[in-house]
Amino acid sequence: MARFLVKRLLSAGLTLFAVSVFSFLMFFALPRDPVSGMCPKNCNPERLERVRQELGLRDPLISQYAGYMKGIFTGRDLGSAQGGRCDAPCLGWSYANNEAVSDTLARVLPVTLSIVIPAAILWLLLGVGLGMVSALRRGTWLDRVAIGFSLTGASLQIYFVGAVLLLVLVYNLRLLPVPSYTSLFDSPAKWASGLVLAWVALAFLYSAIYARLSRAQMLETLSEDYVRTARAKGLTKPKVYGRHALRAAITPVVTIAGLDVGGALGGTVITETTFGIQGLGRTAVNAVSDGDLPTIMATVLIAAVFVVLANVVVDLLYAVIDPRVRLR
Amino acid sequence: MSLSPVEGVALAEIESTGDGDGDAPKAKGFVGRSPGQLAWVRLRRDRTAMISAAMLVFFVLLAFAVPLIQALYGVGPREQFQDRLDGFGMPLGYAGGITGEHWFGLEPGLGRDIFIRMVHGLRTSLFIAFAAAVITAALGILLGTLAGYLGGWIDAVINWITDLTLAMPFLIIALALTPTVALRFYGQREAVPPAFQIGVLISIFALFGWTSTARLVRGQVIALREREFVEAARASGAGLGHMLFRQLLPNIWAPILVSFSLAVPSYITSEAALSFIGVGLTDETPSFGRMIYRSLDYLQTDPSYVFFPGITIFALVLAFNLFGDALRDALDPKSSR
Repeated sequence: MARFLVKRLLSAGLTLFAVSVFSFLMFFALPRDPVSGMCPKNCNPERLERVRQELGLRDPLISQYAGYMKGIFTGRDLGSAQGGRCDAPCLGWSYANNEAVSDTLARVLPVTLSIVIPAAILWLLLGVGLGMVSALRRGTWLDRVAIGFSLTGASLQIYFVGAVLLLVLVYNLRLLPVPSYTSLFDSPAKWASGLVLAWVALAFLYSAIYARLSRAQMLETLSEDYVRTARAKGLTKPKVYGRHALRAAITPVVTIAGLDVGGALGGTVITETTFGIQGLGRTAVNAVSDGDLPTIMATVLIAAVFVVLANVVVDLLYAVIDPRVRLR
Repeated sequence: MSLSPVEGVALAEIESTGDGDGDAPKAKGFVGRSPGQLAWVRLRRDRTAMISAAMLVFFVLLAFAVPLIQALYGVGPREQFQDRLDGFGMPLGYAGGITGEHWFGLEPGLGRDIFIRMVHGLRTSLFIAFAAAVITAALGILLGTLAGYLGGWIDAVINWITDLTLAMPFLIIALALTPTVALRFYGQREAVPPAFQIGVLISIFALFGWTSTARLVRGQVIALREREFVEAARASGAGLGHMLFRQLLPNIWAPILVSFSLAVPSYITSEAALSFIGVGLTDETPSFGRMIYRSLDYLQTDPSYVFFPGITIFALVLAFNLFGDALRDALDPKSSR
């Protein structure tokens, strides 16, 4: 177990390293002049040159990259124009926001977490539950409703569903306030009422995919011999379905769920844009339109970290759920 | 002479042909059919498949007929009808200004015709999606067969690149990459031509989209690699190209076809999503994503604006998904339908 974990983490680290090199090259080496975006108005050649010096753009690429990585792990000195000393997870200085990138991220990360985690719980419960029920009640009206639901959901788009929800529940019926983020610790009620639309929209679309997948998996598992054996030896239905069948049927669902949650944590760009909530995804969009390279780079990296970590977690969960998987 | 089991009717399945049009079964007997023919028969019998196929044909014809429609309709996608808007820029009349001349009404603010912009958007969207799906399928097939058939370090390298690509957050990279690439070729103030934006979108989809096909093909090829017909062809001295494209590929076209038909709608939605967040196509080129983004500002004042592009994209994607599922069922040899 420990050996597997170390091996898995090492390969995850390698992947992250490659992602960081790739995105660093993409953003700092590709554009004609990375600085042009960092000095939006009243730019004169002197100021441009100063920004170039501060960013170390005159240094060779390798030492620029090394400096960036050093900043992440040990912190580094960015110079007085960039807020001076920048502590350990230092991701650079954003000229557009006039603050350290890590401060921006610390502010917007809780927003994205508050959107994704409750939504993920909702979509997993709804999706897997619906899939199970429709597999066990195959061919009934319940099954048909569930299939219709999942087909509709899988073809709908969050920007459209979100717009319709906003229109009906917020603007027409005035049941909910205009979506916004309040910290959970300040006011749980406001936190929930401000984000519930995003949860519902995300959960509706995602659970459609999960219902479909878990229905297909459950049907396949139910036709396995060991399920029949379990029934034949006199176990009750709930025990067979809940313990024996569910466990095998749920493994592919776990893989997809891990990837989806990991991907969503990296920024629910579309959801945040639709509902006008300032999370990680919206920050990335704004950084792109401002040409704010350090912030873009940081959002790409943090999204990649979530995806890679989610993969590791999925591998570990596999071993817990599926007794046939032995970790080596 | 070919040794591969797919060519010809080697794998003739036995099926009764008696279930005709309801009258007395004629010519009771058994007919040998190739898997392709079987799949076609199953598909023809599937009502959902036929309805969704008809919808898809309709959408594709609509996209091809854009110049004709525009000539008949008499309105261009960039024409503005300011005289039909009120003082606040809202279209006059009911439901967003629907009239005999403007079937789906006008855009608030600029007063452009929604119907003709949607037809143009449909064409762009379908073009991008099909082009991206063809390119990713070709790339995925090539890399997947190479990795699966050759194995060894080539397999390891291709696998690692696949893992790496999957770890990249697609939306955020696409979001950041598109303007960067545009900046590389065009200046800060220069207008980027639509053809270039479309090219960038297709390249980004190609760069990130090949992984799923490659994974699928690799798995299938590994399963086939040790079969006798492959060994026989290899023993007869077949070259790499012959092995990959004449022996292996004909045996795995079914899952590739299914993944292709499900890839197209995913590119349609990705294009709309990228245009929605403002990095795909600009306002100049009509696009569903851009229209929905603009309509969010008018949700309270002109709610009908969001529904036309929203429902069209839903119908388009639903038709593709239904057809892809039906195709999967039809091509599945285990299916009894």
